[in-house]
Amino acid sequence: MSDVYVVGIDMIRFGRFPDRTVPGLAAEAALLALDDAGLSIRDIQALYCGNLGQANGMVGQRMLAEIGQTGIPVVNVANACATGATAFRDAWIAIKAGLYDTVLAVGVEQMGKGLLGGTGGGPSPEGLVGSYTMPAMFAQIGIEHARKYGTTFEQFARVSVKNHHHSTLNPKSMYRKETPLEEVMGAEMIAYPNTKLMCSVNVDGSAAAVLMAEEKVRRLGLMDRAVRIRASEMSSNPFAERQMAMPDFSAATRLAAKSAYERAGIGPDDVNLVELHDCFATAELVHYENLGLCADGEAGRLIDEGVTALGGKVPVNVSGGLLSKGHPLGATGIANIYEVATHLRGKAGARQVEGARIGLTHVVGGGPGMGTACAIHVLEKA
Amino acid sequence: MTVSELVRPLLPIIAPNDGHPYVAGSRCTECGHTYVGARDVCAKCTARDRMEAVRLAETGKVWAWTVVHRSFPGVATPFVDVIVDLDDGAHIKGTLVDVDPQAVTPDMPVRMVFREVNPAGADGPYLTYLFVPA
Repeated sequence: MSDVYVVGIDMIRFGRFPDRTVPGLAAEAALLALDDAGLSIRDIQALYCGNLGQANGMVGQRMLAEIGQTGIPVVNVANACATGATAFRDAWIAIKAGLYDTVLAVGVEQMGKGLLGGTGGGPSPEGLVGSYTMPAMFAQIGIEHARKYGTTFEQFARVSVKNHHHSTLNPKSMYRKETPLEEVMGAEMIAYPNTKLMCSVNVDGSAAAVLMAEEKVRRLGLMDRAVRIRASEMSSNPFAERQMAMPDFSAATRLAAKSAYERAGIGPDDVNLVELHDCFATAELVHYENLGLCADGEAGRLIDEGVTALGGKVPVNVSGGLLSKGHPLGATGIANIYEVATHLRGKAGARQVEGARIGLTHVVGGGPGMGTACAIHVLEKA
Repeated sequence: MTVSELVRPLLPIIAPNDGHPYVAGSRCTECGHTYVGARDVCAKCTARDRMEAVRLAETGKVWAWTVVHRSFPGVATPFVDVIVDLDDGAHIKGTLVDVDPQAVTPDMPVRMVFREVNPAGADGPYLTYLFVPA
């Protein structure tokens, strides 16, 4: 089986674009990624397109109608917050299978402001049988960590301080504003311990990647821009004791992380930077442990000591993360890969993680009563 | 506790039971795991046709919680959202009432009560379970 490389990758600056269309946003990222690779849509043999909000709307075909209808197979993908990463992985699988040597993966989302979901029609159990809001779910995950290890409100808040600081160095981030600790802790409480500044930002966005088989990368002389995909792993939620009451994002992340490290033949100590799923500040600390960046119970110490800040041993969410860069659900998975690839290429400017050779991306999504989708990619400088 | 037999249950897992409501559960006779609600296959051990219907315990302890300050439009806040480990081994989500939100602690003993409530978006009262400090 051929090794697979990313030869072109880009994203639009995340923001709010209510006057644009979902296929239009996807098309912009697709063209940016093609330009990055120096390729044309005519070079693409298949398209995997991730989007949640219009999952039954054939976004991939509508995107091709905007940038060139070459008749290639299109697969439209929806998989919660792992949607974009799932589209990317499907592209990787197609090349691994030997079906194609040049494939495009796109992730796109257009979102409203405010809480995801709603009470819908008819009587709602919200508030009477707990809460079905995302902030409440992830608040409880933080409280669970606190009851096991004594993690504090302040430690969770430091995650937001760090990621918002990182985003000031990223021109593609939705927000680029420092948020001191007092401001994060003093912001409107959404669901304790997550304040408004500890919740990811609902934004519009798109990201795209061109994946290519090794032989063709060499033939076209693209190795100088190539990033090697060392592992592409997914998982769903294995049985967890409290899963019916409390969605479990940790077990799936641990499963995928174990597979990814094994597939890549590396350990967590070999990773130079991580883009992980900080949909809420509480989630980031839990995932330090799930991804093996530290032992169980050590996540609070990691954030306190700056280990995961830019300049630390393993910088996490140097892009600003979902907390500040923004979280357009279907685009996030590929945007995370863009960030890591940019560092591995040495092109991350002011936020460059010096000497980065190996990076890891992680997304995990799901919802109350649904289940979990997790995707982890390990990327290496070619 | 007796409640009006005429009030509709808010969720299918709430069995009105002629005014003596309970939360319906099921237990796997193969591995012993207890679930909230009815089911045919055990998600834990994958056994099929080994489920027995049970009436869930009404006492337990708080595993995790949060105080929800922002919710969907029409929903009164703040409220305390709890994950409760019931004494029979089931795990259930609920709202903890008649409590100071600051006073909730890990493993706090709670018990289930049934009350008529007016949910957001409803045209009249519904029957639900709530948790109160035990």
